[in-house]
Amino acid sequence: MDILITGILLGGTYALIAMGLNLQYGVARIMNLANGEILVAGGYFAFIAYTATQLSPILTIFLVAPLAFALNWLIYRVMLQPLVTRAKTRGQLETDSILATFGLSFIGVGLMLSFFGGDYFSYSFMAVPLELLGNTYGANRVISFVMAVLICGALYLWLNWSRPGLSIRAIATAPAAARLVGIDVKHLSALAFALGGAVTAVGGALISTYLTLDASTGVVFTLKALIIVIMGGVGDVRGTIVAALLLGILETVVASLLDPGLTLAAAYVMFLGILLFRPQGLFGKKPT
Amino acid sequence: MNRRPFLKLVSAMTLAGALAATAASAETIRIGAVAPKTGPLAGGAAVTQWPSIYLWVDQINAAGGLTVDGEQMMIELIEYDDQTNPGETIKAVQRLATQDDAHFIIAPYGTGLNLAAAPLFDRYGYPQIAVSAITDQQADLAAKFPNMFFTLGTTTALAADVVSVLSDMRAAGQMGDNVAMVNVADAFGIELATAAKPLFEEAGFNIVYETSYPLGTQDLSPVIKGAAAAEPDAFVAWSYPPDTFGLTEQAMIEDLDVKAFYTAVATPFPGYGARFGAAAEGVLGAGGVNPDSDAFKEYAAAHEAVTGEKPDYWASATTYAALEILAQSIEAVGLDRAEVTAHLKESSFDTILGPISFDENNSNADFWTVGQWQGGVFRGVASRGRDGSVPVILKDGWE
Repeated sequence: MDILITGILLGGTYALIAMGLNLQYGVARIMNLANGEILVAGGYFAFIAYTATQLSPILTIFLVAPLAFALNWLIYRVMLQPLVTRAKTRGQLETDSILATFGLSFIGVGLMLSFFGGDYFSYSFMAVPLELLGNTYGANRVISFVMAVLICGALYLWLNWSRPGLSIRAIATAPAAARLVGIDVKHLSALAFALGGAVTAVGGALISTYLTLDASTGVVFTLKALIIVIMGGVGDVRGTIVAALLLGILETVVASLLDPGLTLAAAYVMFLGILLFRPQGLFGKKPT
Repeated sequence: MNRRPFLKLVSAMTLAGALAATAASAETIRIGAVAPKTGPLAGGAAVTQWPSIYLWVDQINAAGGLTVDGEQMMIELIEYDDQTNPGETIKAVQRLATQDDAHFIIAPYGTGLNLAAAPLFDRYGYPQIAVSAITDQQADLAAKFPNMFFTLGTTTALAADVVSVLSDMRAAGQMGDNVAMVNVADAFGIELATAAKPLFEEAGFNIVYETSYPLGTQDLSPVIKGAAAAEPDAFVAWSYPPDTFGLTEQAMIEDLDVKAFYTAVATPFPGYGARFGAAAEGVLGAGGVNPDSDAFKEYAAAHEAVTGEKPDYWASATTYAALEILAQSIEAVGLDRAEVTAHLKESSFDTILGPISFDENNSNADFWTVGQWQGGVFRGVASRGRDGSVPVILKDGWE
């Protein structure tokens, strides 16, 4: 039971890391390799707000979200829109956007280095034990898990029940056909990309309450997010959540029952297994 | 077309070119520095390596430069980011030696990066006064690369002194025999765990929990829970910065009940004390200094004034001492690298840590090995040949 809860909490962290990328890749078709840098930037924001004004990261996220939304909207409009317009095929857009966002990730690292320096930033927020079913867990991890549930739940409902949400899913399924039924693909793609960025940055702010980050750790999170998005199925919120939870539980089970040294190996074995047997991801649809 | 901006640009470039030319023609000592500004070791280098280099250059230039053959020469610092990538370190050293024509190159940061660069320092005849390079291979390396010097100690000394600190606590009746030992699965952690295990067993300790975890593990609670279940008297982690923070936080959350709690790298960072506050009290860590010595106090004050950051309580001061050694050697024999190397081998240098000299293996025999947070300061509690160590205190809870 203890292992299960620890694993689920870790899965919540992973869901926070991957959810934004899922929106950006699934809908806007941008494989955003600068995803981790946005996450670290969100963490920096929370760190500064907390150390300078004692502002709780739970409140900071309401500042981080609109800022990150605006920033990512700008990035999409200025940098990525021309690529989308230019691309003749989906494959070309993916190659172009991977190269462009790869460059963007270096710019992000460079900017954060020059503004904040390369030092680790970490602070203690709610690092107190919380008792659940007879075992203790970090309160900050539990809070961030609850937030992850709220964010993922809100996204799921919005995508399934609201008009813009349904339009976004329509684009994810069939971008060409979506245009025919009067959906403003350009506008909604920018919206999805910006929303993905906002979710990632909020995730970063929450994660910074218990992980030690520095300006160049972004790539670690990008990689993890990539794995989870691909495992869950591109453009599927449910898939990302399930994949994140599975990964969290698997890593914790391996670390507790076998050896913590094998967690990475176990994660990649699972990744390979899914690629072999369900290349479209857990919830992805087979390409027609 | 409006030509003015273009003209402005051209004149600015001409001016800049002229300035650069005068700067180059003035007699400066070109000092190269290569260390991580990005990548996994960037956080450590940003605390330990770069600020001490900036402080040193600032102080020497403020004093009018170094005296070389009766002439005052300013220092020009040329810095490169190696991205924590040995290939980049090698390229940067090569570039410094062949294109920038650096007079001297400051040793890189981290054991692996220092080892990667050693053959190039050797080929181009640069003395390499390594600081953050802790290894038991110092004798072999010094035989192979006669220009390579070591200042921060050996793996075995670091591990052996942890064992002896715990043995003393046990002899004083403060704790029992059971030790939980974990390490990060990286060269540094593996080498220390391998060195420490037989030492613990020889000293009669039982290792009741032993494991390793990958670098960058995001949830260390299984490690702490596993250790707690084995009910150890002491917890020892051969850890790297992010996991040093993570293990300590988990230990607080689990209320890990041990008499001694040790984490390795980054425990002496000021950020560690700032983050954990009172909970850090009694935590043991790698390194240490004598924070009460006037030399260290003066250094720490200057460090903060010039760079805006506090130095750590271990390798920062040694990094600075290695630069002091280089400066003293240059002032003594001039810019000839072979003569500087010869001078390094035979002289004793007066540094902020006290006197430093190099033995037949090019190693400094006097260094700090174990420190402990006491009253908000990380104090050395064990050393080889250094003055000012204080008695160890018991880890008493996490409040």
